[in-house]
Amino acid sequence: MALLEVKGVSRFFGGLAALTDVSFDVEKGHILGLIGPNGAGKTTMFNVVNGFYAPSKGEVYFRQKKISGLKPHQICQMGIARTFQVVKPLQRMSVLDNVIASAFLRVKTRTRAEEIALETIKFTGLLDDKDVISKGLPLGKRKKLEIARALATQPEMLLLDESFAGLNPAELDESIGIIQRIKEKGITIMIIEHHMKVIMAISDRIVVLSYGEKLAEGTPKEIGNNPLVVEAYLGEAESA
Amino acid sequence: MKKALPLIILGMLAVLPLLGLSSYWMHILILVIMWSVIGMAWNLLGGYCGQVSFGHAAFFGVGAYTAGILYNKAHLSAWWGMPLSIVVVTIFALIIGYICLRLRGPFFALGTLAMGVILRVTAENLTAITEGDLGIMLQERTWIEKTWYFYIILALAAVTFIAIKMVVESKFGYYFVAIREDQDAAESLGINTTLYKTIALSISAVFTGLAGAFYMNYMGYIDPKIVFALHDISIVTIMVVMVGGVATYWGPFVGAVIMVFLAEIIRTIPKLGAAHHTFFGILLIVIIIFLPNGITGDIQKLKKILRIGKAT
Repeated sequence: MALLEVKGVSRFFGGLAALTDVSFDVEKGHILGLIGPNGAGKTTMFNVVNGFYAPSKGEVYFRQKKISGLKPHQICQMGIARTFQVVKPLQRMSVLDNVIASAFLRVKTRTRAEEIALETIKFTGLLDDKDVISKGLPLGKRKKLEIARALATQPEMLLLDESFAGLNPAELDESIGIIQRIKEKGITIMIIEHHMKVIMAISDRIVVLSYGEKLAEGTPKEIGNNPLVVEAYLGEAESA
Repeated sequence: MKKALPLIILGMLAVLPLLGLSSYWMHILILVIMWSVIGMAWNLLGGYCGQVSFGHAAFFGVGAYTAGILYNKAHLSAWWGMPLSIVVVTIFALIIGYICLRLRGPFFALGTLAMGVILRVTAENLTAITEGDLGIMLQERTWIEKTWYFYIILALAAVTFIAIKMVVESKFGYYFVAIREDQDAAESLGINTTLYKTIALSISAVFTGLAGAFYMNYMGYIDPKIVFALHDISIVTIMVVMVGGVATYWGPFVGAVIMVFLAEIIRTIPKLGAAHHTFFGILLIVIIIFLPNGITGDIQKLKKILRIGKAT
């Protein structure tokens, strides 16, 4: 049974169609990779699922319940957490306080929130930086903080928006490890990523978007052999 | 030691009236503490939650008028205005919040500024209820002496301090700061930003309104130009917190001391006395450039600046 169902979603900004009639399912426990060239509508898709945008047409269902039209905080309460491509740490708060703030979603007391936050920080490998004001963190750690913060809300599904962009090879390996451990916890993941190697290695299924339309869907192997996908990434000679 | 600091300061303030201070000095002390209350209240919304209000005179005025109208129309003691103002000010805060909290950043500031002005004009023209520009005067004040007024405002300040500290250290405090730092991130972390901003605004408004109701009782006279004043209430409120230290527990108190004394000192300068807003403006510019976190927030930096001054 699919955990998340995207049914015929379109989103227009004025005359511009950022998404046109996109449908796909995400199975429980899977990692779904969302790829496509710049401007293909990947982040818009996240914003629709996460509730920042209501779809202009179509619906999104989570656990068979319609979530399109709800507000982001309601969708987060239902169990979908996200990270941002342009990281949004709570700048003048320490790493620990950042994560405590999001842990409060499921618990009432400060002590419990701190316990969960510390656990999550340990999980994402940020324990040494817990008292650092997040403004001063290097990019790699900010990306991890985004993941920690999303995890602290104890989600059933996690939306990761380019959590690997700008990381060095060592950080990259570490982050892949974190994602795999998140999957082992039983959390379903939808991930936007440009690193083809990473996405091919970790995804169970991949959806390819191009100019706001779904170009292809399948296993990493199928996608790698799909001529349409290769064309979308490398471009046609005549189209210019 | 650090935990006992609020108690020590409270104790020291509590014995001050026993020193036989003159009526003028008692008046200054009362003003300082009243401004601390308003500053602490504004700080919760502006400092912690990041919603900068330019219209806190609206809540101060509503509190003052609740007490005044109660006395004038219902012929009850104006002191009943203090408990009643909690209800009335909350209602106003919910209405103003409903309108203004959908606006962000500078637009929220402008929205609240407009609210303050709208309430002043309304109070000026709704003569049947507010007596308009004539104002409301208490026939006789409860005490001639200032000691009891001092203890009442001191008690209010203590309650405000404790209440705000409790809020800031709870889930609410974390949520307020999260909203201040990034509203979109807060929303996607499951924080109902509209709800929590409304809560911050309501708590902030209630304490400001209580100070207003106290002001009616203490001064014995209010009119719309005094209690709904943009410069003398709304802007001074912001200055108290900016000068003292944004998002700090003691900032509003430090700011209130400085602002009240500064206003008094400038008033005594011949000819320049009327220009106290000019001095406030210059002070604000200096603070923003050199101590953007206020005196309490930038205490280390301030020490450094002063040491350099001594060396040269």
